[in-house]
Amino acid sequence: MTRYSIFSLARNALTGHKNWPQAWRSPEPKPEYDVIIIGAGGHGLGTAYYLAKNHGITNIAVLEKGWLGGGNTGRNTTIVRANYERTENELFYEHSLKLWETMSQDLNFNVMFSQRGVINLAHSDAQVDAFQRRGNAMILNGSDAMLLNPAEIKARAPHLDCSADARFPIKGGLLQPRGGTARHDGVAWGYARAADARGVDIIQNCEVTGLDISNGQITGVQTTRGAIKAKKVGIAVAGHTGHLATMAGMRLPIESHVLQAMVSEPVKPCLDTVITSGAVHCYISQSDKGELVMGGDLDFYNSYAQRGNFPRIEDVVSSVITMFPSFSRLRLMRTWGGVMDMSMDGSPIISKTPTKGFYINGGWCYGGFKATPGSAWVFAHTIANDEPHELNGQYRLERFQQGHMIDEHGAGPTPGAH
Amino acid sequence: MLEIKCPWCGPRAQTEFSYAGDATLTRPSLDTATETEWYEHVYLRGNPRGPHDELWHHAAGCRRFVKVRRDVTTHEIIATAGPHEHLGGGGK
Amino acid sequence: MTGQAFRNADGGGIDRTKPLTFTFDGKSYQGHCGDTLASALLANGVRLVGRSFKYHRPRGIFGAGVEEPNALVQLRQGARTEPNIPATRIELYDGLVATSQNRWPSLKFDIGAINAVLHKLFPAGFYYKTFMWPAKLWPMYEHFIRHIAGMGKTPTEPDPDDYAHRFAHCDVLVCGGGPAGLATALVAGRSGARVVLCDENDTFGGALRSQPQTIDSRPAMDWVRDTATELGRLENVTVLNRTTATAYYDHNMVVLDERVADHKIAPENHEPRHRLWQVRAQEVVLTTGAIERPLIFAGNDRPGVMLASAAQTYANQFGVRAGERTVVFTNNSSAYAAAVDLQAAGIEIQAIIDARNEPPAGDLTRAKDAGIGVLTGHAVVAALGNHAVNSVTVMALNEDGADVTGEPHDILCDLVAVSGGWSPSVHLFSQSRGKLRYDDDLTAFVPDRSFQRERSAGAANGSFDLSECLSEGFTAGAKAASQAGFEAAAMAAPTCGTEPELRPRALWAVPLPDFLHGKRFLDLQNDVTADDVGLAYREGYRSVEHLKRYTTLGMGTDQGRTSNVNGLALMAGRRCEAIPAVGTTTFRQPFTPIPMGAIAGADSHDHVSPTRLSPLYQWHKDHGAPFTTAGYWMRAQAYPQGGETLEEAYLREAKHVREKVGIVDVSTLGKIDLQGKDAAEFLNRVYINGFAKLAVGKCRYGVMLRDDGIVFDDGTVTRIAEHRFLITTTTLHAGAVMTHLEYLAQVEWPELDVRMISVTDDWTGIALAGPRARAVLECVTEGDVSDVALPFMGFQETHIAGAAARLYRISFSGEQAYEINMAPGHALAVWEALLEAGAADDIIPYGSEAMNILRIEKGHVVGGELNGRTTAADLGFGKMMSSQKPFVGHVLAGREGLNGEGRQQLVGLIPVNGRSRIPRGAQIIADTGAKTPIPRLGEVTSQCMSPNLGHPIGLGILANGRARIGDTLQAHSPLTKQSVAVTVTDPIFIDPAGERLRG
Repeated sequence: MTRYSIFSLARNALTGHKNWPQAWRSPEPKPEYDVIIIGAGGHGLGTAYYLAKNHGITNIAVLEKGWLGGGNTGRNTTIVRANYERTENELFYEHSLKLWETMSQDLNFNVMFSQRGVINLAHSDAQVDAFQRRGNAMILNGSDAMLLNPAEIKARAPHLDCSADARFPIKGGLLQPRGGTARHDGVAWGYARAADARGVDIIQNCEVTGLDISNGQITGVQTTRGAIKAKKVGIAVAGHTGHLATMAGMRLPIESHVLQAMVSEPVKPCLDTVITSGAVHCYISQSDKGELVMGGDLDFYNSYAQRGNFPRIEDVVSSVITMFPSFSRLRLMRTWGGVMDMSMDGSPIISKTPTKGFYINGGWCYGGFKATPGSAWVFAHTIANDEPHELNGQYRLERFQQGHMIDEHGAGPTPGAH
Repeated sequence: MLEIKCPWCGPRAQTEFSYAGDATLTRPSLDTATETEWYEHVYLRGNPRGPHDELWHHAAGCRRFVKVRRDVTTHEIIATAGPHEHLGGGGK
Repeated sequence: MTGQAFRNADGGGIDRTKPLTFTFDGKSYQGHCGDTLASALLANGVRLVGRSFKYHRPRGIFGAGVEEPNALVQLRQGARTEPNIPATRIELYDGLVATSQNRWPSLKFDIGAINAVLHKLFPAGFYYKTFMWPAKLWPMYEHFIRHIAGMGKTPTEPDPDDYAHRFAHCDVLVCGGGPAGLATALVAGRSGARVVLCDENDTFGGALRSQPQTIDSRPAMDWVRDTATELGRLENVTVLNRTTATAYYDHNMVVLDERVADHKIAPENHEPRHRLWQVRAQEVVLTTGAIERPLIFAGNDRPGVMLASAAQTYANQFGVRAGERTVVFTNNSSAYAAAVDLQAAGIEIQAIIDARNEPPAGDLTRAKDAGIGVLTGHAVVAALGNHAVNSVTVMALNEDGADVTGEPHDILCDLVAVSGGWSPSVHLFSQSRGKLRYDDDLTAFVPDRSFQRERSAGAANGSFDLSECLSEGFTAGAKAASQAGFEAAAMAAPTCGTEPELRPRALWAVPLPDFLHGKRFLDLQNDVTADDVGLAYREGYRSVEHLKRYTTLGMGTDQGRTSNVNGLALMAGRRCEAIPAVGTTTFRQPFTPIPMGAIAGADSHDHVSPTRLSPLYQWHKDHGAPFTTAGYWMRAQAYPQGGETLEEAYLREAKHVREKVGIVDVSTLGKIDLQGKDAAEFLNRVYINGFAKLAVGKCRYGVMLRDDGIVFDDGTVTRIAEHRFLITTTTLHAGAVMTHLEYLAQVEWPELDVRMISVTDDWTGIALAGPRARAVLECVTEGDVSDVALPFMGFQETHIAGAAARLYRISFSGEQAYEINMAPGHALAVWEALLEAGAADDIIPYGSEAMNILRIEKGHVVGGELNGRTTAADLGFGKMMSSQKPFVGHVLAGREGLNGEGRQQLVGLIPVNGRSRIPRGAQIIADTGAKTPIPRLGEVTSQCMSPNLGHPIGLGILANGRARIGDTLQAHSPLTKQSVAVTVTDPIFIDPAGERLRG
C-alpha cells in the first residue's frame, strides 16, 4: 500500500498524479474463503479489516451487491457520538468513539473526523432532568459530557434562536465535546483500502442470492457470480438484514424503514458544532464543504425504496428554520433516503445465530454510522472466536425473548418509534 | 406523498394517516398462548421486500384502521380494505 | 443606454423604455425590464462574475438559465440576503443589489486564487491523503478548508418574508411551458380536464423565446401568446409562471415552487415570497425541455466560454452581445442556427469549429450563406486569457477523436460559444422512477419506461424538431386527458419551419496535446476536471457513484446539469464499456433548490407544532403564571405573589394545599368515553387489575401494560353507567392510549361491543385538594358531597356553581380531593366560584410545580418513572396484577429479564444530612471513588424540596431497591459536580396509610 501523506501527494504532483495505485483491487471471487462478509459498507469492510489486523484472518471475501460504501455508509448525516444512557450502549459507543479518534492514522486515510461537539438541546425542565441523567451516566461509564446553559449554547451556535419565548425555548443542552462528524464515504474507502492491503478480497457487483446451510452449519453462499464456500459468514447489510436472514430461514426483530437526509446549498462556515433536538425532531451540522446537513424522523412506514416522501422533508426543514430562523432563505439542494434496520428496542444486534457459523450485524436504526469502527471491531471478534466480545454480548439476538431489551428511549417494540 | 384509499372516506393524503405496522400477524390468544408465541408475535417480522400487508390508522380522518397492501420497494399501493376484509391484488 | 456597450439598439424581448438600476459589487449599472441579472451584466460588459469553489479561478456567465454552474451571486442585503443565486435566474428589478462570492478581498484580486497556483497538490480527493499528521493539527487544517469552501454567506437575521403552501388536485399536470407543454395543455384543457400548467420562466415559450422559428408561417411566439391567452381563459386550466416543478414523489405528487415575489425588491404587503404547491395529478406530462452540454477543453472555464444556446439567448431574447468576436465550437448542428443569430446580433463570427468530419450539407450551406467559415474535423484544444478569454487554439481531431493532430493555430476571440449536444431534462422523469435509455444518435439519455402515470413530450423526450414537439404535445395531452376520463379532440400539428437534426459526434473531452497545460473542466462549479476522472479510475473509484463522491462531480448547486453526462461518458471510456453499462447516478429531489422557508411554509416558529391551551389559560396568564410545556400543552407552573421567585411560589403552594386547600387546572389529562355492552370486559383485558366488578358511580385506579409487559400508562376508570366508562390517561400518553384502545377494539377484538371517543377537550378539569376541600365544595353545590354520599373513589353527576359537572373523589395529591369536570364554556365560572367560595377557607390556585411536589411526597409515578422500561412490579404495582384474568402484556411481563434479581424498583430517597438537595438527574451509585466504569445501581427520577417534610426528597429506581431500604448510597452527578449521600426509603413519604385522602 502506497502511504498517503503530504510527501506522496507532492511527489505525485510532479508526475501529474498519473502514478497513484488503485486504492483496492477488483479480484475475481475465489471458490472458497475462511470468512465471507456480506455487505461492503463501513461495518462489513471494517470487520474484514479487524479480522485481518486483530485476528490474523486474511482469507476473507467481502461481497457487495452494488458498489462499496453505496448503502447507508454513504447516505447518513455523518454524526459521530457516544451519548447514551444505557450502560450497555454507552460502553460500546465509547469504545467506538475511541477508535474514531485514531482512525485516520490507523487507516492512513483521512476520514476527516471532526470533533466539533454534539449538543442535544433540552426544551423543558423534564428534558433537562433527562439529559442530566444521561450525562451523568456517560461520565460514570468513562465518556465525556458537559451541561450547557442557553448562553453557552448560543455562544457555540450563534444562529440558534435561544429566545425565551420560542415555541420550544432552549432550557439547556448536553454537549459531548468529543462527538462530531466524519466524511462518510472516506470511512468506507479507508477501510476498503486498508483491508485490501491486508489481502482481503472486496468483490463488488456480487449479490448474494442464497445461503448454503447443511445440518445447521453454514457452508457457503450463492451469488450472482457463482457459489462461494466458507464456514463462517457474517452479514453487515443494514437495511437488508431481514431480507438476508430470510435466506437462513429466520425472522428477525427488525423492520426496514426509510429515513431521509438532506443538505442545503453550501455556505461559508455558520455552524461549528452538531445540534440535535428531540422535541422538534431534527439534527443539523455543516459539512466541510459548507452544506447544512439535516435529518429528522423516519417516514414511518416499511420501505426498501431508498426514497421517502415530502411530508418528512417539510417537518425537518420546518424544525430547522424554527431553531435557526436565519437559515430560512438558504435553499435545500438535495435530499435522499436510506433503508434503516429498525430493531425492536432501538439497539443493534451483533450476534451469533442458531445457524452455526452464521453471524448477524444489523438493527442499527438511525445510528449505524457512528458505530462503524466499534461494530466492526466486536463483530470481527465474534466471528474469529465464535464468541461475542464483552462489548457485544448484550446485543445478542436472544435478548428479546429473554426480556433483556436495551431500550434507550423506552419506546417498546414499535420499530418506527425508536 | 402517498395517497391511501380509505374504504370509508375514499382517497386521502398520507398525512391523514399514521402507520400501524404489519397486518399479517395473528394476535395470540390472551388466555392460552405461550410466552414463545407472544414473543414471536410482538418481536419477529417477515419484513418482506416486495408487497407488504400493513395497517394504517386514519387518525386525522375516520379513525378506522385500514389494511393496505403496498409494495415496499416502490411504495405502490396495490389494494386497501377494512382490517378484516380480504385484500385484492397479488402478493401477500 | 449609457454604459450598456454590449446592448443592441433593438431586438429581444426587453423593454428599453424601462431602465432599471442595479449594483454589482458596489458598482452601479443599468439594465432593462425583461433582463436577467446575467443579461444586464453582459450588456454592461461585466464578464468576471465569480470565483470557483476549489481553485478560486475567475468565472463568468456560462449559461442562460437553470443550468448555470458558474455565475452564482449573493443577492440582496441584510435580512433578505441569499447566497448562491445563479445570475441567469434573477429577473432584474430596480434597486437590485448583488455581490460576487467566494473571493477575498475582491473579485479581481482573490487571495484564494493561490489554490490555482498550487493546483497540482490538489487533485480530486487530495484531502483523503493528507492532513493526517500530526493528528492534533487536523482541527486547524479543517478550519482552513471550511473557510476556503462554502461559496456564499447565510443571512444573519430572521427571514422577514412569508411563504405559502397550496395543495391542488388536477387531472393533468403539465411541467414546462415550451411548445410541447403548451400543446399538451391546450389539448387537455379543451377536453375539460382540470389542467395545471407550470413554467419556470416569467413567460411561456421555452426555447422559442430565444430561438426564432415559425408556426403556420407566423413567428412561433405569436402561437405561444395565442395559446397562453386561450389557456388563461379556460376556467379548468391553472397557469403558473415563475413556477418550477422541482420534485416528483410517489403516487403522482409533484412539488411546484412558485416564485411569487422574487422578481421584486420585496414582496408586497401580505404577499408570500414563494408559494409551494403540492399537486396530486391523475396524469403528469413532462415537457421540461433539454439542456445543452458543453465541450471540454483546456481553459474551458474562462469567462467568455459560454454555451452556444446561452449566447444565442442573450442575443435574441435580450439584445445583448455576449462578446464582439466569437468562435463557435460544436459537435452538432444546433450551433449553426446560434452562429447565424449571433452574427445577426452584430457579433463577428471568426469561425465555426465543427468536430464532425462531415457535417450535414444543410449546415454547411447555412454557414456559407451567412458567410461564416467552417473548420470541420477540428476542435478547440484550449481557451487562453486570464480574467476573460482572448483567443483559442484549434487543432484537427483524428479519426476516433482520441487525439489531436496537425499544426495548432490560434484564433482571436472574446467569446467561445460551445455546443456539445443536448441532454433532455429527464430529472423529474427519473425522480418519478422512470427508466432511462441511452440514445446513441442523440448521445444522451432519454425517457424509456414510465413507472407512474406520466409521459414525456418534446425535447424532454428527445424530440428537438418543433413540429415534432407540437405533435408529441398534442398526443400527450390527448392521451393524458383520456386516461383521466376526458374526451380530447385530436389536433393536427401546425406546419413549422424545420430545423436540422442534431447529429452529434460523441466528443466527451477534447484531448489535451502534450505541449499544452491546462485544466479541462467538466464540473465548473466544483472544479472537477477530465483528469480527475482519470485519477478516479486509476485509484479504483470506477462506479459512477464513486466517481461522483470521490471527485464531487455533479454535487454542486447545479446538480451537474452540464457535467454529468460528460463525466460518466469519460468514465465509460476508461472502463472500455458502453455508456449505458456504466449507468447514471440517481437524480434526487429537488430539481432546483428551494428556499427552506418555502418548504416550511407557515408551519414553523410558533406553528412548528400545535399548541394546546386549557380553557383557563387566559386566567392563568392574567394571574402571572409562567408556563411550561407538556407535550403540545402549555401548563401554568405556579402563581408567584408579590415578588416571589417561581420556587418560593410553588413551595408555598404545595405547603398551603396540605394545610388548607387549593385548586389546580388538570385539563390536560387525557379522557376517553368508552361505551358498549362489552366495555367492562374490554377494560378487564387492557388493565392489569379487574374492572368487571366496578360498581356504577365508582372510580378505580388502573395500570396498562404494553404487549411487551412494560408499563404503558396509568389513570382512573369511572363507571358512569352500566355500559359506560370514563377513563383518564396521562397528559403525554393520551393520544397513544386512544390509538392502542382503538386498535384492540377494531382490529383484534371486533367481537366485543365497545366504542370510544376522546373527550379530552370536552371536559375541563379542576382538582380541588386539601383538608378543607369538602368545605369549599359544599359552598358551590347543592348536592350531597358528604363522605357518605361521595366517599373516596366515588363519583357523582351534579351541578357546581350552577354548571352541569362530573365530580370524582380522586386524589393525586394524597389530600381530601375532588376532580371537577365541566364543559369548557363553564370552566372559568366554576374556577372563579371556587376561589370565591373558598376565600373563607383561604383557598389558593396552585400550578403544575406544586402538583409535582405533592405527588412526589406521595410516591406517585409519572414520566421519569414511567420511562418505558419499568414493569408494574418495578413500580410497586405487582399486587395489582390480577391473577384471575388475562390482560394485555401479562405473558411477556413474565419473561426472565423482567423479573427477579437486579430489577430496578421504585424507592424514596432522603439526603442523609437532611439538607442537601438531591441532584437532578443523578445516578445512584455505591462508591464515588470506584474505578471507571462505575456501576450504576439506579437513577434519581424525581426530586424536590418537600415543604411539608422540611427536607429534600426524591424518587428513584434502584436495583433491588425494596431490599435496600435503609441503606445509604450516593446520588451522584459528576456532570454538575454534586454528590449527595442518600438514605433509601419507601417511596411514600406522607400518609402511607392514606388517611388524609379518605378523610
